[in-house]
Amino acid sequence: MTTQAKAPRSRLDPDPVPRRDWLGLSSLWAMSGALVFGLLGLLKLPKAAVLASPSKKFKVTLPEALPVGEAFVPPGRAVAIYRDSDGIYAVSTICTHLGCVVKPNAEGFECPCHGSRFASNGDVTKGPAPRALPWLKVSAGGGAVTVDEGVVVPQGTKVA
Amino acid sequence: MTPTEKDALREFGENLKAAPRRLLETAFRTGPPTTDRSRSTFVFGNVFLHLHAVRTHRWSLKWTTTMGLGIMSVSAFLIALVTGVMLMFYYKPYPEAAYQSIKDIHFVVPTGRLIRNLHRWSANLMVIAVILHMARTFYTAAYRKPREYNWLMGIGLLVVTLGLSFTGYLLPWDQLAYWAITIGANIAQSPREITDALGITDYFDPGGFQRLLLLGSDVVGAEALIRFYLLHVMILPLALAALMGVHFWRIRKDGGMVRPMDADGQLTSDPREETLPVFTEAPAKTYQLAAIVRGRTANVGRGPENTVPSMPHLFYAELGVMMVTLLVCLALSLVSDAPLKELANPNVPENPAKAPWYFLGLQEMVAFSAFMGGIGIPSVVLIGLALIPYLDRETDGTGRWFGGPGGWPLVRLSLVLGLAAPILIESFVIRFGWLREWFPSVPQLVITLLNPGTLLTAFYAFYSIWCIRRYGSTRAGALALFTCFLCGFLVLTVVGTYFRGPNWVFYWSPSEWPKH
Repeated sequence: MTTQAKAPRSRLDPDPVPRRDWLGLSSLWAMSGALVFGLLGLLKLPKAAVLASPSKKFKVTLPEALPVGEAFVPPGRAVAIYRDSDGIYAVSTICTHLGCVVKPNAEGFECPCHGSRFASNGDVTKGPAPRALPWLKVSAGGGAVTVDEGVVVPQGTKVA
Repeated sequence: MTPTEKDALREFGENLKAAPRRLLETAFRTGPPTTDRSRSTFVFGNVFLHLHAVRTHRWSLKWTTTMGLGIMSVSAFLIALVTGVMLMFYYKPYPEAAYQSIKDIHFVVPTGRLIRNLHRWSANLMVIAVILHMARTFYTAAYRKPREYNWLMGIGLLVVTLGLSFTGYLLPWDQLAYWAITIGANIAQSPREITDALGITDYFDPGGFQRLLLLGSDVVGAEALIRFYLLHVMILPLALAALMGVHFWRIRKDGGMVRPMDADGQLTSDPREETLPVFTEAPAKTYQLAAIVRGRTANVGRGPENTVPSMPHLFYAELGVMMVTLLVCLALSLVSDAPLKELANPNVPENPAKAPWYFLGLQEMVAFSAFMGGIGIPSVVLIGLALIPYLDRETDGTGRWFGGPGGWPLVRLSLVLGLAAPILIESFVIRFGWLREWFPSVPQLVITLLNPGTLLTAFYAFYSIWCIRRYGSTRAGALALFTCFLCGFLVLTVVGTYFRGPNWVFYWSPSEWPKH
């Protein structure tokens, strides 16, 4: 193989990447990769491992005389608890539209924010709410009922 | 004393005497702005003023060119910035403490009420000024080449301005704030309307993630407050400042204010010495050349005719707008107090729970569908706005109000249609209800796609496409669409503000609201 004198190159006609540039470029890419990787890890920052939310499970004693079809709303909770001949059940009173607290009335529930109406079983009858109000898990025992706002049960689930 | 000691002392005394004058000279190195040259150096020798060109075209100084709306937005921002920093002395971003501290600011802190009122009014004025500024830019076709990118910066500024207002709304931690933010955070969660309908929320839940990101918790509580506070006092103002820097710099680099091709012909001749060609003066350098930045036509050999020195003409005009803005804010602050309802109560929603007025149009639409009204349609509008300068590549009408094919008659027709359509559709919904009332079991996806908000948007879009065909021009379509959306925004905002009462029911006036 004979070596030939190379024609002088202009700056506009670049060499194949020289070794020195290759080292520089590869370290640049390595650094960028590490940064991106680190940032991906940092993306978890806004989501705490334990959320500072109040407990979703609470225990409450129903009043002795709770007429059928009348809601009992434990103070400070967004849940309506009912008792009829089949048993006890709880319906969430957080509107499925935009999270306002709905008010139980004779026909069901009404939302003050955007006028959604729900039937007494939670089904939407009017307004923008996309879903029925969820029924929540209830467990009875020892005179008190425990409601778990974190667990949704199928509509019609009643606990004796 | 030896003679040298005496000289040194005398010199010291003279230096001391001259110190104030020299201080001024070193601060303003080029002397009073009395000649063309010193007026130029006054501008580019000053870090704050050199965003401006040293000479300004007389067209830019005409009242009808900009109406001072950009400067008004900046002035309102500056007032909000200064008063906001003052409020931070007393504000405590923690639930209940926040409410008490706002109460203290309002009732106890000397001048606290005025400062809070100024902050609130300047923020409101800023939103109005920014929207009007965008309308001015649109109607004078100022977004066209070479200003496309600056239009995008402007859209960024609009979004950040609205973000600042929204985050500031929570901070007083009263009933109004709490429930407006509950609604806002649930709008962020509203992609669930789609994922729920498709049954994939358990695997793919962007809505829930957005809400969690915003609130840092399941509920609106201390985490949410500190996040909104951080956004309001740090992240968004920094973003706004960065965008403003680019925005202002680009104005100059893109050739100053937009003006019609025949602007020079339209301006009546002004015998003032300042507008005459300026190549005659003594200084060897013609700094005035710095005023010529990328004009459409070659200015070679013509000299910067019809321009006047920015100092004093432009700066005095800007100062005037700033003073008027401050005056308006002060007057409003003296006659109208910022509201503060009772302490936030997570169990009893404010009824009606209304967002700030400029979001009430959106709230009106989320009352049809949370996702479409809160995310879908606003995204489409923002993308549409951003695309305008890249779709309209025409040149006809640049720099003229309502310039372009169609012109004012088209805008007038669009005003009528744009106002009539939302009024009609709102009346229909208020009178007859919508799908859910007629067919209670209709799938949510159908309502999400087919509701008054989406129908209105579709009508506007079709009308605009018809205008493109009718006039053979994209600009005509843009004129139609932009006018329609301004009208839609106006009608929905007015309905949401004045005609919605408890349970979001329609009332002709608040005096008809049921008492309870």
